[in-house]
Amino acid sequence: MNASRIGAVVLRMFYLYRGSPQRVFPIFVFVAIDILVWGFLTRYLNSVSHADFNFVPALLGAVLLWDFLTRVMQQLTMTLFEDVWTRNFLNFFASPLKTSEYLVGLLTVAIVTSGLSLVAMIVLAQIAFGLSFFSYGIAIAPFLMVLFITGIALGVAASALVLRLGPASEWLIWPIPMLISPFAGVFYPVTVLPAWMRAIALILPPSYVFEGMRAVVAGQGPPWDRLAIGGSLALVYLALACIFFFSVYRSVIRNGLIARYSAETVT
Amino acid sequence: MISPDPCVLKVERLEKSFGEVRAVEGVSFHVAPGEIVGLLGPNGAGKTTTINMILGVLEPTSGRIAIEGVDLAEERSRALSCTNFAAVYAPLPGNLTVEQNMRVFGMLYAVPDLSARIEKLLDVYDLRRYRRSKAGVLSSGEQTRLSLAKAMLNRPRLLLLDEPTASIDPSNARDIRAGISKFVDNGLCGVLWTSHNMYEVQAVCDRVLFLSHGRIVLEGDPKTLPDEHGAASLDDLFVNVAQEALHNGAHR
Repeated sequence: MNASRIGAVVLRMFYLYRGSPQRVFPIFVFVAIDILVWGFLTRYLNSVSHADFNFVPALLGAVLLWDFLTRVMQQLTMTLFEDVWTRNFLNFFASPLKTSEYLVGLLTVAIVTSGLSLVAMIVLAQIAFGLSFFSYGIAIAPFLMVLFITGIALGVAASALVLRLGPASEWLIWPIPMLISPFAGVFYPVTVLPAWMRAIALILPPSYVFEGMRAVVAGQGPPWDRLAIGGSLALVYLALACIFFFSVYRSVIRNGLIARYSAETVT
Repeated sequence: MISPDPCVLKVERLEKSFGEVRAVEGVSFHVAPGEIVGLLGPNGAGKTTTINMILGVLEPTSGRIAIEGVDLAEERSRALSCTNFAAVYAPLPGNLTVEQNMRVFGMLYAVPDLSARIEKLLDVYDLRRYRRSKAGVLSSGEQTRLSLAKAMLNRPRLLLLDEPTASIDPSNARDIRAGISKFVDNGLCGVLWTSHNMYEVQAVCDRVLFLSHGRIVLEGDPKTLPDEHGAASLDDLFVNVAQEALHNGAHR
């Protein structure tokens, strides 16, 4: 790995963010809107339910954590799309840049930008709706880590699809988190799902995080063993996503798709 | 002790097939330091396919490419670190400024003392006044100059130029040809140059390779080749070769 080449991938994105409010906007504003909408909804539910249950950490916390996963995936993929939109693959991949260095560059950008989104969400949720991350105790660290690794795995797999299917795959990539969310039990326990959906939830790392979060909110303490399963699954998916990306890269080099990328010739 | 390879580029029995289509068939050639080799041929002859394989963005079906003695298939990154290219179909990102593009690509090629190198190339390619302009708003000629400046960033040992002066006015094209020839004259760099401008090829190339249907059909000095083959000019020789290849291709 060469730090200068990884730095080049990151520097390119820094230049783009620095000169472009429309790229900075989604890092803060979209997540802030989500927090506001769900924050007011949870406040309303608290006022009408007359129950002891506090919706803020259960629902708003779920939104915050799910948005974090989504941002990680989207920021990683967005960095790759910058090369798609500017038809820059040839310039990058005909240079000494290694595929692994390119991936680490994408990952670095995703860490920084999704970290900024997370901070913005935490601050807004705390100030506007009194949601403290400390209410989840020490379990918040594995929650975030499992979601982060899952987001990276999704982003790497989505990037491989973009590389393989061409520019139009953009429309296929953005809804991926939305497709997963019904199975991941973001807002409800997976026990309410029918058996076939529960089976899918079992292989999704986020479902362990959101079940764990609800357990903490219910005062049961974090289910460490379940979180360990979620974490292990996330690592397996990350490894599979990397294998998928490298195999797609090899195939597009073999069939020349990188050199005639915009043609979208799936062979 | 093994003596270092005297060629900056050595291509051996290179083949590339796309399904049933054989785009490049058994192409072998070399480029020596201080030499400018023209890769000529009609559209679809396999020039860009060959260049893409040398750039490592297309895997050959068989054959071997060595840059500075380094096998491209085995040590891609090391081989490409002493290479660079400019092609009309590979513009630099239009949403970065001239200076930002040069800094990003300078880091990709790990150019030492990058700031000084950028300043020098801004002058050489007359880009100083555009240093803070987005590459996408430059004219096509200015974008070509930027691509050439990027290609010279790492003082490459092997320079691949695919129609480098296609969008440049004659005066600038002459300056650019002179600049590249001067760069090559130091004896360290070899150039593989494709162009459809036979005047340009005759002016800059030490040797030319005529490619047709993925094969090298003619090779020699562009100044003497037309005479040797009974053609009035390199332009005529090109047309003859292209037509003959077309005729042969129709009967393959």
